[in-house]
Amino acid sequence: MFFSESRIKEIEEIKKRYPEGRHKSALLPVLHLAQADHSWLSVDLMDEVARLLKLEPIEVYEVASFYTMFHLKPVGKYVIEVCRTGPCCNVGAEELIHHMEDKLGIRIGETTSDGLFTLKTVECLAACGTGPVLQIGPEYHYHENLTPEKFDQLISELRAKA
Amino acid sequence: MGKKILLEHVDVPGIQTLEVYRKMGGYQAVEKALKSMNPDEVVEEVKKSGLRGRGGAGFPTGMKWSFLDKKSDKPRYLVCNADESEPGTFKDRYLMQRIPHMLIEGMICSSFALGARTSYIYVRGEMMYVIRILEKAIAEAYAAGLLGKNILGSDYSLDLYVQPGGGAYICGEETALLESLEGKRGNPRNKPPFPAVWGLYGCPTVVNNVETIADVPWIINHGGDAYAAIGIGKSTGTKLISACGNIKKPGVYEIELGVPVEEFIYSDEYCGGITEGRKLKAVVAGGSSVPILPADLILTTANNEKRLMTYESLSDGGFVSGTMLGSGGFIVFDDRQCIVRNLWNFSRFYHHESCGQCSPCREGTGWMEKVLHRIEHGHGKMSDIDLLVDVAKKIEGKTICPLGEAAAWPVASAIRHFRAEFEEHVRNPDSCLKKHLHREAALAH
Repeated sequence: MFFSESRIKEIEEIKKRYPEGRHKSALLPVLHLAQADHSWLSVDLMDEVARLLKLEPIEVYEVASFYTMFHLKPVGKYVIEVCRTGPCCNVGAEELIHHMEDKLGIRIGETTSDGLFTLKTVECLAACGTGPVLQIGPEYHYHENLTPEKFDQLISELRAKA
Repeated sequence: MGKKILLEHVDVPGIQTLEVYRKMGGYQAVEKALKSMNPDEVVEEVKKSGLRGRGGAGFPTGMKWSFLDKKSDKPRYLVCNADESEPGTFKDRYLMQRIPHMLIEGMICSSFALGARTSYIYVRGEMMYVIRILEKAIAEAYAAGLLGKNILGSDYSLDLYVQPGGGAYICGEETALLESLEGKRGNPRNKPPFPAVWGLYGCPTVVNNVETIADVPWIINHGGDAYAAIGIGKSTGTKLISACGNIKKPGVYEIELGVPVEEFIYSDEYCGGITEGRKLKAVVAGGSSVPILPADLILTTANNEKRLMTYESLSDGGFVSGTMLGSGGFIVFDDRQCIVRNLWNFSRFYHHESCGQCSPCREGTGWMEKVLHRIEHGHGKMSDIDLLVDVAKKIEGKTICPLGEAAAWPVASAIRHFRAEFEEHVRNPDSCLKKHLHREAALAH
């Protein structure tokens, strides 16, 4: 079972947002829900999404692989996505990214050995006035005006929560 | 203090809620439009207002609306482009987060004007918390009879939904956005046919930016003429400018179009000047895609006139000495910033975000990124500089969508105005590299 009964109901509700026969539009919202439940999109999970939305599996794969938010490989409990685009770099993002790698002992794209943190860089998060910025999935909260100290504190809090 | 149309009540406690928003005069435009105007009259007011698309292109909104295929018996759609992803731009996120009902009110009025019975707000997926804010506000509006069947007892009905994106800059391009909303990869469509004829599900569709739609209630309440009285010439009304970079007060500012650029950068009402002790080096005035200008040219035009925050004044001099108002993403660089490094960064962005559909963009953006990487990292040749200009030229105008131009313009303009800095990187690669190592070392302590 990939989805709970309430999730299935939620997916049925989402399909009603679109005109008759246009349920393919539900694909992105449903992939977000699938990822929220399972942390990443395995082939089996994508096949299940295809079955629920009456799509060919390839229609799901080609969409999931196009959009950067979808993880096609296992990730840590917390996916930390830090902006690497120009305006954030003007105010210290590059230095922060180095610090994050050192602090967690991993490189961008890797997951800590305890399975807690995955580190990713992303492009502009539309928070250029409050950079450097990162967001943490699965809830995608924004953390703005970051400094190395604030990052360290954030990691301590997440470790304590886990 | 300039006139505030969008942000007048932004700091009122509880303005996120329907109750407070209505107390401050919210949803009066819906009442006025639905009870005392017909759809064509609303379109007419928007035309009179001179409102231009606030997403970046600056196309007159009323004209865009009038292109909607009225002869078609298919349903019509209004889709709000809330896929704000242009580096330097964060005004729509601010507006949706702070005053979500203003966008919803604008969606109701605009959908009524266009005869749409179902409308969508396409929000970039990264802004999941904004999606939750909007969904809550939409639920409040349904409960109050402002959405759904027979709005406020009229014969007009509208359903409004929020659609999340999945992380793709290209979906800010309107036809890519429609593809994405149909559950596909965000590959832009060939135009024509334009969305006004063949849009969402092959039906007549208007796609408008968040800020554009949020301007509509004020225009209905006060009339198009009152809106057109604000601003200068064809730059009517107010504009949200998101200011960032090396300034004292980064943030979102609502300006009356026509404020001098110098005032915008240095006055305490806006950016408050350059970070202490530094000098202004350059500005990217309308999001990362528009040409970068050095300090002298952003403050005054080549004809030595004061540069103003208007569509016309910012583009004065064309791309030789001017730029564009674009999305209002205003990025300020102080004299510590390296133009080559920033351009390499932006080129990496466009390479990453190219959908890969057109060869000049897919290959060209990668090529530019690689060449800029080697110049920035001390392996450049003098001939690389003209190679970059050549590649940029071969992308521009040769792609289905404007991402090609968006990637080419920053390269062409940075080299046009800062060629000496590129040459210096080739001649003395160590000086810049050392500077960056220095910065990294300093911050490590």
